[in-house]
Amino acid sequence: MSIYLNKDSKIIVQGITGGMGAKHTALMLDSGAQIVGGVNARKAGTTVTHKDQAGEDVTLPVYGTVKEAMAETGADVSVVFVPPAFTKDACIEAIDAGIGLLVVITEGVPVQDTAEVWSYLDGKQTRMIGPNCPGIITPGESLAGITPHTITGKGPIGLVSKSGTLTYQMMYELKAFGFSTAIGIGGDPIVGTTHIDALEAFENDPETKAIVMIGEIGGDAEERAAAYIKEHVTKPVVGYVAGFTAPEGKTMGHAGAIVSGSSGTAAAKKEALEAVGVKVGKTPSETAALMREILQSL
Amino acid sequence: MDLFEYQARDIFEKHGVPVLGGVVATTPEEAREGAEKLGGGTVVVKAQVKTGGRGKAGGVKLAHSPQEAAEKASEILGMDIKGHTVHRVMIAQGAKIAEEFYFSVLLDRSNRNYLAMCSVEGGMEIEQLAVERPEALARIAVDPAVGIDEAKAAEIVDAAGFAEDVKAKVAAVIQQLWTVFKAEDATLVEVNPLVRTEDGDIVALDGKVTLDENAGFRHADHAELEDSAAADPLEAKAKENDLNYVKLDGEVGIIGNGAGLVMSTLDVVAYAGEKHGGVKPANFLDIGGGANAQVMANGLDVILNDEQVKSVFVNVFGGITACDEVANGIVGALDILGDEASKPLVVRLDGNNVELGRQILNERNHPLVTLADTMDGGADLAAAKAAAA
Repeated sequence: MSIYLNKDSKIIVQGITGGMGAKHTALMLDSGAQIVGGVNARKAGTTVTHKDQAGEDVTLPVYGTVKEAMAETGADVSVVFVPPAFTKDACIEAIDAGIGLLVVITEGVPVQDTAEVWSYLDGKQTRMIGPNCPGIITPGESLAGITPHTITGKGPIGLVSKSGTLTYQMMYELKAFGFSTAIGIGGDPIVGTTHIDALEAFENDPETKAIVMIGEIGGDAEERAAAYIKEHVTKPVVGYVAGFTAPEGKTMGHAGAIVSGSSGTAAAKKEALEAVGVKVGKTPSETAALMREILQSL
Repeated sequence: MDLFEYQARDIFEKHGVPVLGGVVATTPEEAREGAEKLGGGTVVVKAQVKTGGRGKAGGVKLAHSPQEAAEKASEILGMDIKGHTVHRVMIAQGAKIAEEFYFSVLLDRSNRNYLAMCSVEGGMEIEQLAVERPEALARIAVDPAVGIDEAKAAEIVDAAGFAEDVKAKVAAVIQQLWTVFKAEDATLVEVNPLVRTEDGDIVALDGKVTLDENAGFRHADHAELEDSAAADPLEAKAKENDLNYVKLDGEVGIIGNGAGLVMSTLDVVAYAGEKHGGVKPANFLDIGGGANAQVMANGLDVILNDEQVKSVFVNVFGGITACDEVANGIVGALDILGDEASKPLVVRLDGNNVELGRQILNERNHPLVTLADTMDGGADLAAAKAAAA
């Protein structure tokens, strides 16, 4: 088991012919993920060729629309690599086509576009992850996004994080144990899947025995997650929050990583998590050590 | 990006929001000319700083003639308001105010939509009103797909409790302010106060606007709104090179890949600094995925030009990026910089191709570079080197 993504997931790539799209299509195939095609309206009818995990050539069809790609391939997941100016339309097209999981990697999407997509998602069957995220990996089964698949394998830890490189760092620190699913929800002010959504899914996933939750300054997602954990999560959760030294009013790399006045601070988030019994590491390595202790005691 | 009041005023005017005449001035002479341009009567000279509480700090003064406007401007220009030096004043037409209201529309991260706030009690600090008399502040959710249409504007003025005779006029201005929010890709449009003049007009007297920098690609005109004079010179230099850099007050320069890891690196260095004379991280610098020699050289160049910096910690986790590329980047950067590179560098590499990366750095054996095995160890070493320098 895993959350949101497994070995049966059939993935298409919106923007498969672009630089990022091509590079990561190859890497996703190398991970063993079932990539079944791509979308680019201007290159419909062409194909792209990459190697699969066994080193064999795989020729993937490029479709004009997501709807057509889904009808022809049975795809249920789409990974979006299109530039920010076209991301909103790409998302709406995929939602209209009824895609199950929409993973938006693109960084730099105007927040009003994301807000409109989020509003549009209301009542639809699509789950969106991102934007501005590394995507989701179920090690040994599938990868929809840009997380390196070579860091670690399958295991009992579920991970949800706002940050890509901190996800990789944590997977590396805990590579001896492995992960059920690791999901990067993205660093923008508005994202589709939240810490709470992932916590709920991990709680219900029998394969996940413990959860690492990584947050950072900005917004109140971590505080809300803490409240959710208190009420609904029985599995052990270890937390980490980045940005204790971030000054007020400065955006730290991620569009959503900003302390505004006294809200959104790392200290407040850590405090909220600790108040509900979540052990919070001061550093990534201390966080990993806390998780090791928990896994060894299970 | 936060705008100055005069920039917000100009954007309001562009979208048809009723505003009074306003002219920006950087010298007393310009202030005098501005007051003349506005008819020579009573004007308000307002400090242009991106912080609240100008009035209390003495940054807003009434002037009854162009000569007095120049005098008031010379008092206000150069003032320090909460750490912000006043470089500009706005000469604003005087208004005969009958009533003061409040309106704002902003991105609501928690609810993933927009929030409109409105009150018939404007003029005061809205945070204070929200705490002391929350019932006086109407809060209405706005669906991003619909925006503030006629019905939503009517709902807002109803909820705020406007008198019947001004409702329609205020609702119309609210719709124009929504146009500003939407058309300019703002994350905040705030008017405080929104006033009713003695003539019965509704006017936006003071405005605050925050623009989404991610939407810059569809607003060619937004770039010139940036206050490049106020930016830190190192931040300006980093920006020219497309580097994601924030200057901080500290001694250990930081370079890393990925916003989360870099933020985390700052924290780890700050903890390590507690054991080494209280040294602190000097900056945030995310070189992103493709850490080639030129990007690394540009980054190092900015950091080494920070006179406060005593040591540099390069912390890279090779995810997609391979560590050998990063190592070549560091070696290449040191070659590009030559004698300019004069401060000790602690490098921690992990992940993809790490052995090859370490081997490249070991073989180059640069006298300034020390390899660290872990993030914590590297932070400790970099802090120790900064403290010893």
